[in-house]
Amino acid sequence: MTMNTLPRRLLSSLTFVVGTGLLLAMLVMALLGPWLYPQGPWTVAGAPMTWPGADAALPLGTDALGRDILAGLLHGARVSLLIGAAATAVALCVGIVVGTLTGYFGGWVDDLLMRLTDAVQTVPPFLLAIVVVLIVNPSVASIVGAIALISWPTVARLVRAEFMRLREADFVSACRLMGMRPARIIFVQMLPNAIPPIVVSSSIMVASAILIESGLAFLGLGDPNVISWGTMVGLGRSDLRAGWYLVVIPGLAIMLSVLALNLLGDGLNDALNTRLSP
Amino acid sequence: MSPSALLQVQDMRLGLADGTALVDGVSWSLAAGQTLAVVGESGSGKSLSAMALMGLLPPAVRWLGGQAHFEGQALRDLSERDYRQIQGRRIGMIFQEPMTSLNPVMRIGDQLVEVLRCHLPLSARAARDRAVELLASVQIPQPEQRISHYPHQMSGGQRQRVMIAMALACDPALLLADEPTTALDVTVQADILQLLREQQQRRALGVLLITHDLGVVSQVADHVVVMYAGQVMEQGPVAQVLSQPAHPYTQGLLRARPSGKLARSERLHEIAGMVAAPTRERLGCPFAARCASALPQCAREQPPVVRPAPERLAACWLVSQGAAP
Repeated sequence: MTMNTLPRRLLSSLTFVVGTGLLLAMLVMALLGPWLYPQGPWTVAGAPMTWPGADAALPLGTDALGRDILAGLLHGARVSLLIGAAATAVALCVGIVVGTLTGYFGGWVDDLLMRLTDAVQTVPPFLLAIVVVLIVNPSVASIVGAIALISWPTVARLVRAEFMRLREADFVSACRLMGMRPARIIFVQMLPNAIPPIVVSSSIMVASAILIESGLAFLGLGDPNVISWGTMVGLGRSDLRAGWYLVVIPGLAIMLSVLALNLLGDGLNDALNTRLSP
Repeated sequence: MSPSALLQVQDMRLGLADGTALVDGVSWSLAAGQTLAVVGESGSGKSLSAMALMGLLPPAVRWLGGQAHFEGQALRDLSERDYRQIQGRRIGMIFQEPMTSLNPVMRIGDQLVEVLRCHLPLSARAARDRAVELLASVQIPQPEQRISHYPHQMSGGQRQRVMIAMALACDPALLLADEPTTALDVTVQADILQLLREQQQRRALGVLLITHDLGVVSQVADHVVVMYAGQVMEQGPVAQVLSQPAHPYTQGLLRARPSGKLARSERLHEIAGMVAAPTRERLGCPFAARCASALPQCAREQPPVVRPAPERLAACWLVSQGAAP
């Protein structure tokens, strides 16, 4: 038997390597932002509408108010990644709790919580996010909450399906027969067996959270105190004919980050789903 | 039966909410240090009665009547919480399928520690040492290394040994073994049975063995209960029941075993027909339709329980009328 270990399988997958590389580049950008541009993204750095490459000090140019695009891009990476990760984390917590309870116990717990899940899923997700952010006032916390609110049902359904499968597994009956408490069985014995699909779907969830945040910011519903890539696309829209780069540069950043997370998810899926590997 | 019984089942009736009985009027008792084998074909209710004793009935099945006592405690009305005090601690259980009864993503040492600390106030360190001892006691070589292995790194026989170690971790008084050797190679089967016997002698363990393998029964059991369609057909000491079966069903089962004396053209004896579906009302002997020596009353009236020998019981009209077994 060859040692076909998980790290080896991951590194041999091109999609995983490319996805991780792009994501690491984004992380570096986010970390470099405040160090390279301590004055923040909102200060005027040069002449308005400087095209990329026209001024060596402003490699990506400036917008209509003379703000440095590169500074915005780096600071925006922080916000996009933070919101993507935080919203996914919150959605995972809620979704895992709901999914484990419904999948393990079934019965009225299942009925009650799954009807709640259905109710959330019947509302168009982006519309729900807009309504929540409008009611609570746009801030990083409210945007995270809104995105988590529309994403947790997917996790709950996924975890529920895994737990319904695992509930019938012999080792789970064995644990019950050894007198273990349900909480112990759920979190110590069963949850580690349900991790692969959760990991894969959470990378896709971060990507869609970034997209939703960009959409909200584009509509002017982003946190007014921070800049995100969506904000930049929204601000650049009015000057689209004078300088298309205002929209294309942050748009590319969004596209690449979503692509990176999708590639990462695909790579993880191939590596974790051993049934598919030859 | 005896007042010193470790586990006593009296007229146990299990079934569906509509009254369809799946296990119907089963009584037996098991003394400490003894092995009781429950044999029967699929659907005879042998596994279901074990599940009921462990407090793990499927949601659709419930107690319809009777009672079971373990160490003097009535099991039928025990709450889930009280059951957890017994499960694993006083009653251990091993399963048919060693391939799937261990958690695939946990090291076997951690799984043993998990069981130990669930019932005993042990430190992590002490539990680990205890786990190594347990692995050694079920004759797993190099237990210190094996403790950090995952189940997929072990063979079926070794996994069954780990399962036995887990079942015995908290020093229970009763071990339930549901087809413990069915999924194993014949040579490994013998080793596992040997191990079970040793552990039983060392710990004065009562063993309830659920099986359909009469060979296993004759090797390890003291008493045997033969079940058919949820009812006890015959029970008694293994040596007597297997050498002189009283009930026609037991006789049929024994004849259906390959003896090695079969000529090439000869067919293996079989019991004609199929197990009847469980019904709400019981009428006559459940085996009557397949019984070669059935009497007219067999299909109409419940057979009486008679004693063909001092320690034996059989539920059969034929035996009650003194026909030679």
